[in-house]
Amino acid sequence: MNKYTPVIGLETHVELKTSSKMFCGCAANYFGKQPNSQTCPVCLGLPGALPVPNKKAIDWCIKISLSLNCKINMFSKFDRKNYFYPDLSKGYQISQYDLPFGHNGHITLSNGNRIRIRRVHMEEDTGKLIHDGEISLIDFNRSGVPLVEIVTEPDFHDAKDVKEYLQKLRQAVRYLDVADADMEKGDMRLEPNISLRDKQQETSNILPNYKVEVKNINSFKFVEKAVNYEIKRQTEILDKNEVPPQETRGWDEIQQKTFSQRSKEDAMDYRYFPEPDIPPITFTDTQIAELKSQIPELPDAKRKRFEAEYKLTEYDAEILTREKNLADYFENTVKVGQDYKINPKQIANTIINKKPNIENILPATLVKIIVKAGQTDAMDEKKLQKVVKEVLTQNTKAVEEYLGGKENALMFLLGQAMKKLGKVDASQVKQLLVKMIK
Amino acid sequence: MSKNKIDVTHISRLANLPLSEDEKKELGSQLEDTLSYIQELNEIDTKNTDPTSQVTGLENVTRDDKPTDSLTQDEALANAKEVHNGLFKVKAILSNE
Ligand SMILES: [Zn+2]
Repeated sequence: MNKYTPVIGLETHVELKTSSKMFCGCAANYFGKQPNSQTCPVCLGLPGALPVPNKKAIDWCIKISLSLNCKINMFSKFDRKNYFYPDLSKGYQISQYDLPFGHNGHITLSNGNRIRIRRVHMEEDTGKLIHDGEISLIDFNRSGVPLVEIVTEPDFHDAKDVKEYLQKLRQAVRYLDVADADMEKGDMRLEPNISLRDKQQETSNILPNYKVEVKNINSFKFVEKAVNYEIKRQTEILDKNEVPPQETRGWDEIQQKTFSQRSKEDAMDYRYFPEPDIPPITFTDTQIAELKSQIPELPDAKRKRFEAEYKLTEYDAEILTREKNLADYFENTVKVGQDYKINPKQIANTIINKKPNIENILPATLVKIIVKAGQTDAMDEKKLQKVVKEVLTQNTKAVEEYLGGKENALMFLLGQAMKKLGKVDASQVKQLLVKMIK
Repeated sequence: MSKNKIDVTHISRLANLPLSEDEKKELGSQLEDTLSYIQELNEIDTKNTDPTSQVTGLENVTRDDKPTDSLTQDEALANAKEVHNGLFKVKAILSNE
């Protein structure tokens, strides 16, 4: 058992939510739009069209890089990645090769594992292909939408870490307010590459001599399943003293397995070269500092501050900082709550357990609800104690029987109390009965 | 890369150009001529020249994130060989096992 250590790396594509596309002025939000209604000569790849990079998209890519602790290339450029595929109108994708905007960063997971980020680069999305038997249909509305690709080193060893990394990454881009990262809409696409290393080679740190890439997964759950499936599949192959073929696979959610996905293209040979239509991009220290100053407090820092400042448990702080909106809502409610001497812990509990609709219920309203609930709870508690006391004094025989070991007697007492109380939580009454008998 | 034979078949496939054997021979020798002509650049002394990938001297040519008008669907599809429900239609390209 467990002769192998999984070696997993991850490529993640995140679509930015800019108003316009990466290299032209077409609207970038293509969701639900008429096919091929948001295109122009640039994003259709018509001859002679000139791409001009979107400044905001570049700034956002830098912000993502900085929030992932990356170094920034102060001199950078775009490159052409050449290949033929129908969703790529120009015959090349404008991407970045040797000078990505960000490089050498990291994300630290809750178990302390540090996942190194190899690079963060900017590119353009391709058109959308719809496969229909013998034909494929193409919608170029998505062609040219700004896409940031984040590539890790092969630092994962299980699916659980992969999932947490992805959650953190998604959280970061949402906090930065640069992407919706809505998996169902395809705003975020995941490509794990998986191989297994013989544990005996562990110390050598040599990577396995093959790599299986699973393409275009659009759910954290599926990525977890695909990774676990691949670990099992590759273990079986290696156990037979064979080497899994280096290939690209897809995830089949219906059959719960990965499948070999061969395109008609031969081994990829992208022949990257500097994009001659786009002059290089340079940054000054001041510009980078300015972008850095615009980055809001990120989830990890916020969670730690919530624990310290509001005396919350790590669990509560984690839930409250998952989404920036919710964290802000909590803090606003705490501010109002101070006037009513409501402690932050109480507010945290209410938000986590009652899940108020934070779009509709203002923090001040929530505070009022908490104050009111506190009053009725106290009143109910008093009434409850009074009734239970009555029942106990009126039924001394049953009390004695219960103390003598007769469990049924307790049910009788409970029945008497419930008759007087009406619609209340029986388990709460039962608890109080037991407590007051002793 | 002095006299390495050029793999014309590989290059033609990358360029998505179906070539006959005769064409491969002809284009292969033309490519070799082109490369050896380019080799002449090696004779220039570049000791004091910084490497660069561009010669315009421009930097940071960007645009603001403002949407502009797009083509209409009809205009976008005007030159398509085949069209289906507002989409470009091509032969299937992915084969699954
Ligand atoms: Zn366009």
